[in-house]
Amino acid sequence: MKKTCEIEVDCANCALKMERATRAVEGVKGAVINFFLQQMTVEFEEGADIKAVMAAVVKACKRVESDCEISC
Amino acid sequence: MTKKQKKIMGRIIVASVLFIALQFLPLEGVWRLLASAGIYLIVAYDILLKSAKGLLAGQVLDENFLMTVASLGAFVLGICDGSEDYNEAIAVILFYQIGELFQSCAVSRSRRSITALMDIRPDYAHLENNGRLTTVSPDEVAIGSIIVVQPGEKIPLDGIAERGDSAVDTSALTGESVPRSVHPGEEVMSGCINLRSPLHIRTTREFGESTVTKILQLVQEATNRKSRSEQFITRFARVYTPVVCGAALLLALLPPVVLLVAGDPAEWITWLYRALIFLVISCPCALVLSIPLSFFAGIGGAGRAGILIKGSHFVETLAQAHVAVFDKTGTLTRGVFKVEAAHHSPYSLNELLQLAAAAESASSHPVSISLRQACQQPLPSSEISDMRELQGLGVVATVKGLRVAVGNEKLMKQEGAEALPCHCVGTIVHISIDHHYAGHILISDSLKPTSARALAELKSLGIRKTVMLTGDNRRTAESVARELALDEVHCELFPAHKVAEVEQLMRANIGRLFFVGDGVNDAPVLARADVGIAMGGLGSDAAIEAADVVIMDDDPARIPLAMRIARKCMRIVRQNIIFALSAKFTCLALGAFGLANMWFAIFADVGVLVLCVLNAIRTLRVPAA
Repeated sequence: MKKTCEIEVDCANCALKMERATRAVEGVKGAVINFFLQQMTVEFEEGADIKAVMAAVVKACKRVESDCEISC
Repeated sequence: MTKKQKKIMGRIIVASVLFIALQFLPLEGVWRLLASAGIYLIVAYDILLKSAKGLLAGQVLDENFLMTVASLGAFVLGICDGSEDYNEAIAVILFYQIGELFQSCAVSRSRRSITALMDIRPDYAHLENNGRLTTVSPDEVAIGSIIVVQPGEKIPLDGIAERGDSAVDTSALTGESVPRSVHPGEEVMSGCINLRSPLHIRTTREFGESTVTKILQLVQEATNRKSRSEQFITRFARVYTPVVCGAALLLALLPPVVLLVAGDPAEWITWLYRALIFLVISCPCALVLSIPLSFFAGIGGAGRAGILIKGSHFVETLAQAHVAVFDKTGTLTRGVFKVEAAHHSPYSLNELLQLAAAAESASSHPVSISLRQACQQPLPSSEISDMRELQGLGVVATVKGLRVAVGNEKLMKQEGAEALPCHCVGTIVHISIDHHYAGHILISDSLKPTSARALAELKSLGIRKTVMLTGDNRRTAESVARELALDEVHCELFPAHKVAEVEQLMRANIGRLFFVGDGVNDAPVLARADVGIAMGGLGSDAAIEAADVVIMDDDPARIPLAMRIARKCMRIVRQNIIFALSAKFTCLALGAFGLANMWFAIFADVGVLVLCVLNAIRTLRVPAA
């Protein structure tokens, strides 16, 4: 299961940090941030509660980059 | 400029004016400090806030934090040494903001120009319903609906033209600037622009399955896949930042302690200042931003030229390729056969054609198609049964109660018929009837007009070996190879043999290899090669699936072009890596020895980044031959 979200982030290094933070979230199998398209694609583990995992992802991203927006 | 950017712009202007005014005011002592702090807050308040938030979240080493420490440090220095010079603190943050603004504008501009290249997504469709037109979103249109496309509009969905004679501009998909004419009954592709007169189209695919959606998805996924250079940068950034911060800490502590031990004054302030400069220089943004941007722009520029590259690592491999392997039919030649003559046959050409076309009636091989096209009185399908296609041999069928075999010499041998050779150059289709030889039909294919030029260009780009693999007979294959000056030719191959040949070439260690095929029959070879390039991918799902690079029209001249784009992209990536790293390390060294001040540090941070971004955007321009 994959999901693509629109994001708003200003610097490329911050996007990299968000990507790393997202991958570390439980229930996330993989994550890619496309800085230029301002998109984040998250792949979930099988059977993961997508809503809960996404909430955790947003929280993790906000922690490393307080100035980011994620909307799915 | 976005709202956010305009707001920062305003703050920068206000602060700059006040900053200049301050230089002429006779303020002293606390008043000067307060005025300076006011101006400082105007430019810096968001950075202070962000770094406080980051600190609370345990993110100590982000850029905002570094800038806060650096500028507040400069304030403290101004107070401590009694000079009342707070200019540096304000200047540091002011320049940082100007740099950030410039960077953000440059990035959003390049983003826009790249996404504009890919802006082929149609927004609406005019749906016809009992003579009335309604405008709907393309994803609401069901298969089999009639849509009307006015001149100048994008065709929103794939379909077949029902009414209207027009021409369509396919350049957004193929890079081909000559319009393609469209008549009723012909297929039209979404993403093209209708040029002359209104077209009524019966849709054959839903929006999600349409060409335009597929291509957009592909491009998006392509830029998601990371190349080795990008992975290197990611890993580098992860190690680099903590190392530089550790070095800064050492720089602040170690020399003063050594000086103290040696009995000299410690000069804490000097070394703290140098450590701050160190931190300001340290941001790896120039690399982290410009390398993916180069690939992104390269893939975007290639897409514009009708070359779809499915990931940045293929850009890397294509740039290093030294061996070029080609399929013949449909790749170097047109793949459209003309029937020339029938030899050694008891039947007339027409009768022989009738039988052969009947036997081949279910095959999609280009040879079969041309036989069917040449046959003027095809037999009714009730007369044909038991059709079987034998891979690499031909077809066998029962026609009018006779066992008809159509194919190559090997098939004739298998049928127990003795094939007679042909003295002409061309593709020879042998026919046996009830296991007796019934002659052969000579058909010929012609080279694509750009094949020879494309191969010559590849040689001049440093391709060491050009090879052609074909299922066709030796005589034809060798004649084509001579005409195109190919280094090597392997003929009479089954699809499986082609894979083996390619594997052998890959083991020969000449260099990276790309294979160019038509994508329909060559899927296994496309998948096996270092880079698989499919020709004429537009409309063929198989090609788009199997290949790593898709040439949207079927022009061989796009292959050297793709190589030039890839090489240019890699050149710029290398330039940026070398420039950014050497600039950073030089500045770090200068900072450590006290030869750089804060102004210099800001340039090393923001200036290097802007130069790298501007360099990266160059990849967007497709290089000329």
